[in-house]
Amino acid sequence: MTSAPTRAAPVRSSRAGGAGRLTGANALLGVLGFAAFLASLEAVPRLGLVSPDYLPPASRIGAALVELVGEAGFWTALGDTVRGWSTGLLIAVVLGIAVGFVVGTVPVLREVTASTIEFLRPIPSVALIPLAVLVFGTDLRSVLLLVVYASFWQVLVQVLYGVQDVDPVAAETARTFGLGRWARIRHVTWPTALPYLLTGVRLAAAVALILAITAELVIGAPGLGNEIGVAQSGGAVARMYALVVVTGLLGVAVNVLARRLEKWLLSWHPSLRREVAA
Amino acid sequence: MSAMSQTQTEAGPRTEVLLDVRAVRKVYEGRGRSVEAVRDLTFAVARGDLVCVVGPSGAGKTTLLKCIAGLLAPTSGEVVLEGESVDGPPPGMAVVFQEYGRSLFPWMTVRKNVELPLKQKKLPKARRAELVGQALDAVGLGDVHGAYPWQLSGGMQQRVAIARAIAYEPHILLMDEPFAAVDAQTRADLEDLVRSLWQRLGVTTLFVTHDIDEAVYLGQRVLVLSSSPTVVLDDVAVDLPAQRDQLTTRSSARFTELRGHVFAQIQRAKKHSGASVVE
Ligand SMILES: Nc1ncnc2c1ncn2[C@@H]1O[C@H](COP(=O)(O)OP(=O)(O)OP(=O)(O)O)[C@@H](O)[C@H]1O
Ligand SMILES: [Mg+2]
Repeated sequence: MTSAPTRAAPVRSSRAGGAGRLTGANALLGVLGFAAFLASLEAVPRLGLVSPDYLPPASRIGAALVELVGEAGFWTALGDTVRGWSTGLLIAVVLGIAVGFVVGTVPVLREVTASTIEFLRPIPSVALIPLAVLVFGTDLRSVLLLVVYASFWQVLVQVLYGVQDVDPVAAETARTFGLGRWARIRHVTWPTALPYLLTGVRLAAAVALILAITAELVIGAPGLGNEIGVAQSGGAVARMYALVVVTGLLGVAVNVLARRLEKWLLSWHPSLRREVAA
Repeated sequence: MSAMSQTQTEAGPRTEVLLDVRAVRKVYEGRGRSVEAVRDLTFAVARGDLVCVVGPSGAGKTTLLKCIAGLLAPTSGEVVLEGESVDGPPPGMAVVFQEYGRSLFPWMTVRKNVELPLKQKKLPKARRAELVGQALDAVGLGDVHGAYPWQLSGGMQQRVAIARAIAYEPHILLMDEPFAAVDAQTRADLEDLVRSLWQRLGVTTLFVTHDIDEAVYLGQRVLVLSSSPTVVLDDVAVDLPAQRDQLTTRSSARFTELRGHVFAQIQRAKKHSGASVVE
């Protein structure tokens, strides 16, 4: 995480429809901000500004965190959340790529589906919670339904932008050199869409985590969200905060991972280029 | 270079027609508006020839080239390459586009850019490496294999595009104002590069430009196009010596005479087009 601040600013997101604000702050600022946050969390309850019953000082939250880390149950819950998040994200990404490439490369399909996509996309995933419970009860599949629904659109929209962005000169060049439909998709469309796709994956990863925790909290599916609910109803306020901190750390880790992936795959891209010795 | 120079002997002094453009007409159909970019073009290019097509901006030169390259279907008429009617990008053809920056793939190194069409041709690895090396050496870029196109200057990028085209070993090479966006000195160097590659490889070349001097300096033949709607105004044989040189050739009396002739034709074309717009 320490090397992360050297990375270029996310110029790419402006290209891909300005969708990068969610994770815009760089990691160094994130760490500093987090430290300041901890300090005020210690001071505010100790100064009596807020009752420690609602907001325990950071040190007590820290102690609860240490306690948590020693419990097998915590790791199981963390594993459940990560599994729900990653499985849902994977399904959404695969679906988003498949649907995005098919729809995006066939103009007729694009026209036909545009209005439907614009209608389905804004439906908040949490509105599907009752449906998920009705169909799948409280197990992992409910979490997956919500996670997939929320993150699929992030990926799909970016892939659709990306597939459209193919330079006509590049496409004609490929055609004149005898590249067929598949070769053009592989060597021209895919690399063009990749920066967009990775932006979509990064946004989807964040949304997927939110939905995974929400689903566990509201539906009661096993995971960190469920643990937070249990801690709250049992009056273990410090523990509840400790769990919230863990979900925050998970969010940071997800973001850092996603950016690492972008940096690694897109060294050629204008937003990440630097003077490399030829 | 041995493998590439073999084609030279085949080229020889034969006058076999390689490319035949027959009464090609192209009308762009837009929303409620149609543009007749090319009215009626007929000409033939012999195997091994270097023909320059010159015409004013908007004359339909790019349109013509795209029809020949099989990227656009003519509204009527036909393009025949090596005895076969063109209805898609033909296998034995390479095109160098004016927009070199957008024609090279930024996600691939120079070597990968040049190699990709060869992979598509399913050439074995060793042969590909050989062709890529020869082509990059031929354009004077033997030392930038691992660079990305965006790390190179404009002139170097256009040379990569030329290397990609010649590595493909095409029977015909189409170039659409390839040097319009580079500075004068680079342009002169690239012109000499094209001439020398043509002499060495004997590849039939159709070179499109709006620059009269460039057309006369490079071509064995210059086709003069009228403004849109386009017809062939004149077909000038360039009887300059085979060995050309930026200084002596351009200052020779015959060069001045030829360019004056072509210039007059183009001026005439502009007047004509004024009349045809009123129609
Ligand atoms: N896709 C298109 N749709 C409609 N009209 C077009 C299209 N492409 C070109 N035209 C029109 O066809 C005519 C010829 O264009 P073209 O690009 O072939 O000219 P050109 O000779 O290559 O010009 P230049 O020297 O500026 O490159 C122009 O009037 C142009 O507006
Ligand atoms: Mg043009």
